[in-house]
Amino acid sequence: MLAEALVLSAILFVIGTAGVLIRRNAIIMFLCVELQLNAVNLSFVALSQYIGIEGQVFVFFIMTVAAAEAAVGLAIIISIFRHYETVNVDNFNLLKW
Amino acid sequence: MTGIGLLTTGLAAQDAGAGFDPLLPGLILLLPFLGFVANGILALISGVRGADRVRAGETEGHGDSAAGRPLTQSLPTWIGPGVMLVAFVLTLVNFVALLGVELTEPVIRSYWTWMATGTLTVEAALQLDQLSLIMMMVVTGVGFLIHVFSVGYMKEDPGYARYFAYLNLFVFFMLTLVMGANFPMMFVGWEGVGLCSYLLIGFWFQDREKADAGKKAFIVNRIGDFGLLMAMFMLFALFGTLDYVAIFEAAPEVLAYGGFAATAIALFLLLGAIGKSAQVPLYVWLPDAMAGPTPVSALIHAATMVTAGVYLVARASVLFALAPVGAAAVATVGAVTALFAATIALQQYDIKKVLAYSTVSQLGFMFMAVGVGAYAAGVFHLMTHAFFKALLFLGAGAVIHSMHHALHATHKDWDAQDMRNMGGLRRFMPVTWLTMWVATLAIAGVWPFAGFFSKDEIIWFVGTSAPAGALYVVLWAMAIATALLTAFYMTRLMVMTFHGSNRTGEGERPHLHEAPLSMTVPLGILAVLSVVGGWVNVPGSIRESVFGGFGLLPMSDWLDRWMEPVTASAQAIRLEEVGAYAATAPVGGGHVVWGAVATGLALAVVLVGARLVGSREIRPATESEAPEAGVRKLLYNKWYVDEFYDRFIVRPLVGLSRFCWRWIDQVLIDGTVNAVGTVSRGFGWFGSLFQTGQINTYAFIVTLGALALLGVLIF
Repeated sequence: MLAEALVLSAILFVIGTAGVLIRRNAIIMFLCVELQLNAVNLSFVALSQYIGIEGQVFVFFIMTVAAAEAAVGLAIIISIFRHYETVNVDNFNLLKW
Repeated sequence: MTGIGLLTTGLAAQDAGAGFDPLLPGLILLLPFLGFVANGILALISGVRGADRVRAGETEGHGDSAAGRPLTQSLPTWIGPGVMLVAFVLTLVNFVALLGVELTEPVIRSYWTWMATGTLTVEAALQLDQLSLIMMMVVTGVGFLIHVFSVGYMKEDPGYARYFAYLNLFVFFMLTLVMGANFPMMFVGWEGVGLCSYLLIGFWFQDREKADAGKKAFIVNRIGDFGLLMAMFMLFALFGTLDYVAIFEAAPEVLAYGGFAATAIALFLLLGAIGKSAQVPLYVWLPDAMAGPTPVSALIHAATMVTAGVYLVARASVLFALAPVGAAAVATVGAVTALFAATIALQQYDIKKVLAYSTVSQLGFMFMAVGVGAYAAGVFHLMTHAFFKALLFLGAGAVIHSMHHALHATHKDWDAQDMRNMGGLRRFMPVTWLTMWVATLAIAGVWPFAGFFSKDEIIWFVGTSAPAGALYVVLWAMAIATALLTAFYMTRLMVMTFHGSNRTGEGERPHLHEAPLSMTVPLGILAVLSVVGGWVNVPGSIRESVFGGFGLLPMSDWLDRWMEPVTASAQAIRLEEVGAYAATAPVGGGHVVWGAVATGLALAVVLVGARLVGSREIRPATESEAPEAGVRKLLYNKWYVDEFYDRFIVRPLVGLSRFCWRWIDQVLIDGTVNAVGTVSRGFGWFGSLFQTGQINTYAFIVTLGALALLGVLIF
């Protein structure tokens, strides 16, 4: 059972990573980051059965932080969208050298 | 004890005392320096004012003699010669004080420690003994007269204050040179006079040629200074000190007679002396140095600075006595220079060039003297030469001054220094004419003028050195030949300048005039000295004969005895190793016979020469052509030595420098530096490719890195 859970976690994580690297839409990238976080959560939960309750505790922390992060991140994206009228990250190059 | 006495004994490091307590030696040195400071400030002020005038659009005229002389003109007139007069009087007081006492050890006044580095300690100390005092007498005495002469000569020059500042500074350094109690002090003076020489040769620096002459003098002297420095290094390595007294006392024990070290030191010292005293092969700068104002030529390039080499050899007499090869080299260099320069002087038309080559030739005589160990004779000729050559140069200055005025009045662009443009000046400048004839007879060696006693003593000593080797017979013959040539070229100069018909031109003739009093008075004083100056060192046998008026001439061998304490140890070494001088010259005859022969020959050459030159038709420079061929052409072009140096030394050096500049510096060094820069920039450019500024790229690279790490961990 553990092996399947970890494989699924790995697949989810790779999908998330690929999404972050490939997509240019800020919201999609944001979603992919969430996907990565939750892939890790899945591993934690699966492994806690063998190692201890700490994994599940960590999952709660991650979900809390992710919720806060989502709030801030979405606020930034909305703010940027108001300014540029786009959420394509390639256009956000004002601070680029 | 008086206050001054207390002060000076308190300052003295090692007071030989013996009854001679020098009066304010430091002040003698300080006075010309103060004169330099005062005149220098005035020169700066007048320079700023002059620049203001030029900016205001006024043309710079020939001074401003009519519209009231400003302070920057009138003050140097008093400061310049004034400090010299006080310095001379102080020196005279010391000299008279020393006359009365038997001083065997030099008196040393140490003021402060100049350098104290590890094993080397150099005191700022002055040494007063017979040699330095006689040099000080010449420097301040002749120097004072030349300062006075300059007042008249340079009156209309815009750089009047600057001129006196340089002249005072020169005297300060010259006194440092002769008064210093150790080699570094002497070296300071040595370099200082070189600097002043450079500044004064290029005094009219707007003229490219004159500025170049100054540079030439400076650069040629550097070669000699290298020798002097090497000698000092060797002396320090061997003796651990650079004080005269310590070195000369220890020298006979430390240095083996004729050993390598002694010879090397002597030869390096000789190289230094050759540079400063304009001897073959480094004499080329002195004739060019005539570009400076004429009183400068008289003071620096005839009477004082160029004799520094002779002073150096006389001062280091012990070292030369220990190195027979070095001493023989000194004598040979002197004889070769004397003859060589005299031949060139035969065919020069520039009045100052003739005197310049004459100076080189006479310096050769002095080198001969100190080379054969006759140090007193060398210093004797140095002194009398200072009198009559300063007189000749100042007389030439008066002539040039007058010629310049005459040519300037009608705007004729003739050369004021070319003797072909002169002739018959006797009628216009009787005082100059008379005094210059005195000097000419003196340098020719006619009895009873000063040169007779000093030059014939040198010839005598060279001749009587013959037992030491056949070389000296050759040198003796060269010396006699030179003496005859000297009589001839000086007669030629006098006849071409003062006798015959005037060639200056109808319009210019009324403007020719005798020099003002400030110039003729020094001429008169120097003329008197050119006569009586030789009487201080009349050999005993000569004095008893007709040449001494059967004992009427005042002093017998005075300078020889005066110099004895300074050269005693050198003479002792010479007596032990080489032996005494012969009693007669190589071709028989004693003092009196050779005295008669010498003066007779000199007089004969003067008379025949006057007849010869007088009968020749001379045309003004613009109408005459340079000699076409033969010996005359060779001499006219100064044996092509300058051309030879240019072809074989200067141009290869310039070529080498150009190669170093174009290839070593610009290509190799600059190329390496630039290459390092280019490569760094290339690396930077390559690295910057990874810095896109896009967060995605970084994330991608981080991911790749993480994957790579993971791969390493797993496999």
